[in-house]
Amino acid sequence: MEPILRLKGLCKDFGEGPILQNIDLDVYPGEFLTLLGPSGCGKTTTLRIIAGLEQPTSGHVELEGVDVTNIPPEKRQVNTVFQNYALFPHMNVFQNIAYGLRVMKVSKQEQRERVQAALALVRLSGFEKRMPSQLSGGQKQRIAIARAVVLQPKILLLDEPLGALDLKLRQEMQKELKQLQRKLGITFIYITHDQEEALNMSSRIVIMRNGKIEQMGTPEEIYEHPRTLFCADFIGQSNLIHGVVTEQNGADLKLNVSGLELSACAASNWQPAKGDRAVLCLRPQRVRYGSQPQHGMNLKGVIENKEYTGGMQHTQIRLNDSVVLNAVSQTAEMDKYSVGTEVYVGWSAAHSPIVPDELEDM
Amino acid sequence: METKQQDIRFSRLLKLPMYLWSIAFVFVSLLYVLGLSFLTRGEMVGVTNEITFGNYLRLASPQYLNVLLKSLRLAALTTALCILIGYPFGYLMARLNPMARSIIMLLIIVPFWTNALIRIYGWRILLMGNGPVNSVLMQLGIIKEPLKLLYTDGAVLLGMVYALIPFMILPTFTTVDKLDFSVVEAARDLGASPLYAFFTITVPLTLAGLMAGCVLVFIPSMGLFFLNDLLGGSKSVLAGGLIQQLINSRDLPMAAALSVLLLTVTGAVIAVYRRVGGSDGMSMF
Repeated sequence: MEPILRLKGLCKDFGEGPILQNIDLDVYPGEFLTLLGPSGCGKTTTLRIIAGLEQPTSGHVELEGVDVTNIPPEKRQVNTVFQNYALFPHMNVFQNIAYGLRVMKVSKQEQRERVQAALALVRLSGFEKRMPSQLSGGQKQRIAIARAVVLQPKILLLDEPLGALDLKLRQEMQKELKQLQRKLGITFIYITHDQEEALNMSSRIVIMRNGKIEQMGTPEEIYEHPRTLFCADFIGQSNLIHGVVTEQNGADLKLNVSGLELSACAASNWQPAKGDRAVLCLRPQRVRYGSQPQHGMNLKGVIENKEYTGGMQHTQIRLNDSVVLNAVSQTAEMDKYSVGTEVYVGWSAAHSPIVPDELEDM
Repeated sequence: METKQQDIRFSRLLKLPMYLWSIAFVFVSLLYVLGLSFLTRGEMVGVTNEITFGNYLRLASPQYLNVLLKSLRLAALTTALCILIGYPFGYLMARLNPMARSIIMLLIIVPFWTNALIRIYGWRILLMGNGPVNSVLMQLGIIKEPLKLLYTDGAVLLGMVYALIPFMILPTFTTVDKLDFSVVEAARDLGASPLYAFFTITVPLTLAGLMAGCVLVFIPSMGLFFLNDLLGGSKSVLAGGLIQQLINSRDLPMAAALSVLLLTVTGAVIAVYRRVGGSDGMSMF
């Protein structure tokens, strides 16, 4: 399939150090692609360059195979839902949504029909006469979406659209946005710093850090197979166990962690050598324990602490003086051991990758 | 509740001097002028207590109406020129970085430290027959004979715009500075050209400042009589100058009547302003 959008070697520098460094990205039709990263990672700048609101210092933006790098925003079939909504305060809801249609000189009759359809889509029919100041945050959000999708863009860009909403409304809107995207079939490029939101909504996630793409893949790939310590740490909860590689046989490794010998698999993009510093990324859900050796590991620990929260059993298991594992389980099987019990601990090495250690501060 | 009421009472107390000042020096004086306009001129000096509407009837004569119309025309022209120069100026200024913006702000304010009369004398020297403007034009060979620049309507208009343009620049600057430019970006994103976005988004959203600027320019330009004297040579009489002439010729009731008329016109301008653009937070009156 031909990408609908291609970013080639995108760099941006505002004169105070690079914001974007050599971003290459292909986006395919119908994708729900999320740019995920901490603030200052360059995700908003990337979005603004795609919209045409910012010019890259170097590199190209191609829309359906056509280079649009030097084309102004009004001539790109790409629309944006801005972080602060950016509704026109002096126009009512109808005028806001019809703005783009008016620019395109669409007939009055068609304007009315399309605005009504857009309002129905965001479930705000009958709001035509309201002014933006009379709308709640969630309603403003929907109007901003209606204003963008009424133009039937090739790509809809959403810049942290749910950032200003409270948790419950945000979860509701997440569902609605996903449904909307499926219904419209428009490619969404979505920005968030909320990893849970990214995992819930996206068909593909691009993790950005310091102006570079750190890793991209489906939510599952990102969650189960982080390739860097940053990704493992940023997405979900992990036991991050720092150690040194002592044996290497292809992707199969032995990791020495303060005297403990652990077996593991290297992340797919990394060829570790003996003596490399590495980190084992172990999801708490992957930790198994019981009276028998688990996953063929002859590893023992002592249950140090147990906590039951919302259907989940959180357990801390001490392996030795310096290593404590967090484990999460939903099964009664692992709940029966009380604090102080010695248990066998193990995990599936294939689902717990080892990534290179990052010595610089994180 | 107790302290809140005390707060309100205290804030009223704080406002008292302002009210007293306004009553003593604005309201009473205006009342005095209004009363004076209905009296008759005395034989030699002062006024007599004879009440009359004659002053206002005389205002309706072509002689006075002409002066008034000329003044209105000049004020309107001044305001229009101030919009054309001042609005883009204020707009661009608000888009500069803080450093450049402070420097320009300083350059606008510094001339105010010099008396307005002296600054206008400066313009007289510049525009004189053998003044710098003419000499430069002659040196460059653009003209052979010195142009008559001083004592023209153009010179008066120039002086007016020069004196009043800061009052257009500053409110425009303030509203543009407060404008959230993401709405302009949103307009561009929705397909508007820069010009279309400017006229449909930027201008309506900064109209309050523009309107405030118009009022601040229009009203004083009705009364700046010394500009007409110094740069126009008093060839054409304007309303402000006429009031001064009437006072000099000791016709105080007529001067008062003309003043009341000017006040009514400016009051009407402010009323229109409040109706159209001054209803939000940027209202200045």
